[in-house]
Amino acid sequence: MSTTDLGMPGIGPLQSAAPYPLRLVLNWGRRYSLWVFNFGLACCAIEFIAASTSRHDFIRLGVIPFAHGPRQADLMIVSGTVTDKMAPAVRRLYAQMAEPKYVISFGACSNSGGPYWDSYCVTKGVDQIIPVDVYVPGCPPRPESLLQAIVKLQEKIAGENLGRRYRRSGGTPVSAAAATRPLVAPDGDGGPSSRSTSRRARRVVSEAAVPRRQTTSVLPSAPPPAAPVQAMTLRPHTPQTAEDTVVDMPAPVPPNAGPETKEGPR
Amino acid sequence: MSKAWQTPRVDSASSTLDVGIGAGGLATADMVLNIGPQHPATHGVLRLRLVVDGEKIVSAEPVVGYMHRGAEKLFEVRDYRQIIVLANRHDWLSAFANELGVVLATEQLLGMEVPERAVWIRTLLAELNRVLSHLMFLGSYPLELGALTPVFYAFREREELQSVLEELSGGRLHYMFNRVGGLKQDVPAGWTLRTLDAIKAVRRRMPDLENLLTDNEIVKARTVDVGVLSRDLAAAYGVSGPIARASGLDVDLRRDEPYLAYGELFAPGGPGRVPVRKHGDCYDRLVVLIEQVRVSLDLAEACVEKLRSLPAGPVNVRLPKVLKVPEGHVYRWTENPLGLNGYYLVSRGDKVPWRLKLRSASFNNVQVLTRMLPGQLMSDMVSIMGSMFFVVGDVDK
Repeated sequence: MSTTDLGMPGIGPLQSAAPYPLRLVLNWGRRYSLWVFNFGLACCAIEFIAASTSRHDFIRLGVIPFAHGPRQADLMIVSGTVTDKMAPAVRRLYAQMAEPKYVISFGACSNSGGPYWDSYCVTKGVDQIIPVDVYVPGCPPRPESLLQAIVKLQEKIAGENLGRRYRRSGGTPVSAAAATRPLVAPDGDGGPSSRSTSRRARRVVSEAAVPRRQTTSVLPSAPPPAAPVQAMTLRPHTPQTAEDTVVDMPAPVPPNAGPETKEGPR
Repeated sequence: MSKAWQTPRVDSASSTLDVGIGAGGLATADMVLNIGPQHPATHGVLRLRLVVDGEKIVSAEPVVGYMHRGAEKLFEVRDYRQIIVLANRHDWLSAFANELGVVLATEQLLGMEVPERAVWIRTLLAELNRVLSHLMFLGSYPLELGALTPVFYAFREREELQSVLEELSGGRLHYMFNRVGGLKQDVPAGWTLRTLDAIKAVRRRMPDLENLLTDNEIVKARTVDVGVLSRDLAAAYGVSGPIARASGLDVDLRRDEPYLAYGELFAPGGPGRVPVRKHGDCYDRLVVLIEQVRVSLDLAEACVEKLRSLPAGPVNVRLPKVLKVPEGHVYRWTENPLGLNGYYLVSRGDKVPWRLKLRSASFNNVQVLTRMLPGQLMSDMVSIMGSMFFVVGDVDK
């Protein structure tokens, strides 16, 4: 037993069947209480912060920027250049958001690569990896542009039908439990704590591990300890190399596909 | 108050006891904690790979490259007017200082003489940009420590200065106002008076910000004697800028190797001075930053006064239709708000640079974290990282 799979909170089938007045009320509530996930990458993040401070203040539109992480946010504003190294992290954090979720692409770099359109290591537009609802042009856009983008998004939400937006035509969505990682082992060159006790502990962990994937442990196989230890509550121990990106990059979403309709299996 | 959502599940903490009981004694296991690349406390996409023993950091490794956009490679296919656009964007808080370094290097290779009016306007804009950059950190660093108000005050002052710069150049963050040989255009009518008003307003309201920080006992408890960077370590790692000056390393290119109009401003009796402190802890870095804001406001005011006394004249040099820089190479460094930024320009006589290498201050300032963080507590890590004043675009270019 490692992670508890609670299933991804999703949009139920009743959404499409909801009567119009109910949908009106729900859309009203959703659009005026967007919680934004602070996803500032580069220069546009500075204008994003400027838009949240007193002069421009997008908090008065209901957009509260202090979501404690992607799981509690409904709006992700990608502001700044998405590099190829950062792209899996963007994808992963988007997958961790619960539906319904919206994305505003803020700035030329996340719209289409911007001034780095011919760079060897820039993702030319974040819509190559996640679906975007509103694009804000500019380099960087003025904070007023962000205010207008939020208003536009609110208009879009006002007229939307969630059942139609999240209709799944096959494939399984990424579950909340799947977007996590196992423990990473420290290297043996740590400081005073890499004494024999911790090495012993690590050996014990590897003995009790239930392999989650077809990986072989790189730790040397040690003789089992004298007293068998019930360490079943520990998570499986799969040491990984430094650049460990766990998420497989799915095929890019075609630009006209609208909201994502399916997620590839992990 | 780290919001590292990637911490392992709570059950593993209680199970270390289970591990120990069978094997004898209380065994602990070091934990590898990954901070970032997306994290509220890192300034942008810096990833820190920490090995922690309980709350104590055993080793720290900054993993950079998440904002690497290949600017130096792109410089090789942009001509000398277009590189200014890219050059703005690596240290995005002090965009004017970046583009200044690039054009200074180009002008040196060309042997170009810049008109006096342009020199003074450039100095003025560089100092205003310095104030903007420092104000940003004076807002974001207390935010990481838990003080929510300073960021609003800091951004209020930033808006004041940004409106002045926007009137002049059209940009709030990226100005693209320098040209090879001067500036794009002269200042609008009445702009100097508006700039003076803005400088006075910021100077008048700085005590609002300072009173929240310098004598605040919570700020002091979290920053005094935390994250001490010794002078020798700073020198060994090439740390520069306000951080190095807070550790006692007294280097400021504006005084030591003057460029633009700094020779006159930092002459004895002039408004320029270099704040230096001894201990090198987080508190000293904060205090140096506040002092630097005051110094820069004084310098900016002196520049405006001088500008108003200058006769009308050109602010740029007429350039040929195709600008080719003669063969050669030059290394030009400037005192950017974050530290020493160097620009190594190699030209082979083309329209585009052959190689434009950037030496960025934040790259060294971040590297020294590998030596500063081990031995500190996790909660101090946020305080130390925030006090190192780096911009990730500057680290990764």
